[in-house]
Amino acid sequence: MYQFHRGQDLLKLCEQHNMSIAEIMLQAEAGELGWEAERVRSHIVASLEVMEESVQKGLNAEIKSVSGLIGGNGYRLYHRLMSGGLCGKTVLRAVSYALAVTEVNAAMGRIVAAPTAGASGVIPGIILAITEEKKTSRQQAVDALLVAGAVGKIIAANATLSGAEGGCQAEVGSASAMGAAAAVHLEGGSPPMVLNAAAMALKGLLGLVCDPVAGLVEVPCSKRNVTGTVNALICAEMSLAGIQSVIPFDEIVDAMFRVGRLMSPDLRETASGGCALTPTAQAITRNILSDI
Amino acid sequence: MAVSLFDVIGPVMVGPSSSHTAGAVRLGNVARRLCYTQPRRVEFYLHGSFARTYQGHGTGKALVGGVLGFSTADERIRDSYEIAAQNGMEFAFFQEDLGDVHPNTVRIVAYLPDGSSCEMVGSSTGGGKILVTRVNGMAVKFTGQYPTLITRHQDRPGILASISGLLAQHSINIAFLEVFRSARGSQASMVMETDQPVSKEIIEKLSNIEGVHEVLLIDCSDI
Repeated sequence: MYQFHRGQDLLKLCEQHNMSIAEIMLQAEAGELGWEAERVRSHIVASLEVMEESVQKGLNAEIKSVSGLIGGNGYRLYHRLMSGGLCGKTVLRAVSYALAVTEVNAAMGRIVAAPTAGASGVIPGIILAITEEKKTSRQQAVDALLVAGAVGKIIAANATLSGAEGGCQAEVGSASAMGAAAAVHLEGGSPPMVLNAAAMALKGLLGLVCDPVAGLVEVPCSKRNVTGTVNALICAEMSLAGIQSVIPFDEIVDAMFRVGRLMSPDLRETASGGCALTPTAQAITRNILSDI
Repeated sequence: MAVSLFDVIGPVMVGPSSSHTAGAVRLGNVARRLCYTQPRRVEFYLHGSFARTYQGHGTGKALVGGVLGFSTADERIRDSYEIAAQNGMEFAFFQEDLGDVHPNTVRIVAYLPDGSSCEMVGSSTGGGKILVTRVNGMAVKFTGQYPTLITRHQDRPGILASISGLLAQHSINIAFLEVFRSARGSQASMVMETDQPVSKEIIEKLSNIEGVHEVLLIDCSDI
């Protein structure tokens, strides 16, 4: 009875039951899995703990990816936050955390794929930074993950979350939409404001290609998570300020899927286009592959 | 199938790639469950993208970790080569063209301490999901998300009824079922994916049905 397929179904359910997106998602999930709501919540808490661990691990300067291409950037940016920085505390904290998680991922550490391993930095970055900066409760962090999950579920059902199918817009673009939704919820925005932020975030990254250097989930993936995180936070601000996305969320999701279909396979995780074909990337690829 | 929250916020896994790492761990686990024991030597024949990028994605470590029985979230995967050496399990990687198959496909051959061997072919199809396509020379098709029973049996009327009847007696529901045979009346095989776990006693009872030559259980639904 709480099931939804598209954003407009979700908003209708929120209105009918006078419930938040987090509450509807919790009921939908409990119904689908045949679990008590509390069991769903405790599973989310477990995911949240893995997210926290991965941030802590990634802020360590020593971290290095398997190929050696990236590592220590989360730590570097975190020091900008500690010394003031330019972008404000919440933004700097969120992006340091996002980098940290992607570096743990590239170093074969444990992360939560959210929605994928390649885009795993955005959501923990946003939710953990806001909950720390605003001193919000763990309960609210769980609710924020439910809201992010609801948006991800709609994108998965109507488009795709896979870079091989839809390019980076489907991975970091979706993570950014999910993160924007979570941020609006944490700031007390209404369900329409949540989806409005998600629409703007996905719209802003429409067309983003998946072009991993040497086929590895490192360059440009790690820093694209930063792009997705900042984009999400600013789209949340816009939505909370009352700025409307002219194109509604469901239509943006459909558009993202169609753009993915139009993308050449060279730009969908095959390392045959974009950044992956630059002379520097080609040299890196030759070096890495000659090690094998 | 409906998308769950834990597909979108999850799985919890060791990086860097759901297809090249998590999926590879699952494939290794299928091989392990197929052997019932730790093999003394494992050979991995890598095809396509698996062959090209296995080191950078940790695919090799993930496959070895899977054969050691590690879950997709186990941080020991990073050190699986050393752990395999400590446990006396040899392993080797080869490139092989497996033909018109998914780009992320591997053929795994495991040699057991008793001198026998097991073989399987499987693909990592994305998001950590896998599809096993060959087991010990039999063409099959299963995802490893459910306990999976594979039988080799005589192709004759009623044999499927005996097998499914026995499962029904033990309140085991068959979620997916596929039957294959080489020729009418000769050897046939069947793949059943069940909603409930299948115990050793049930496997033994199934093996005792007349006309059933072999029953294999591969259960890595917990991985």
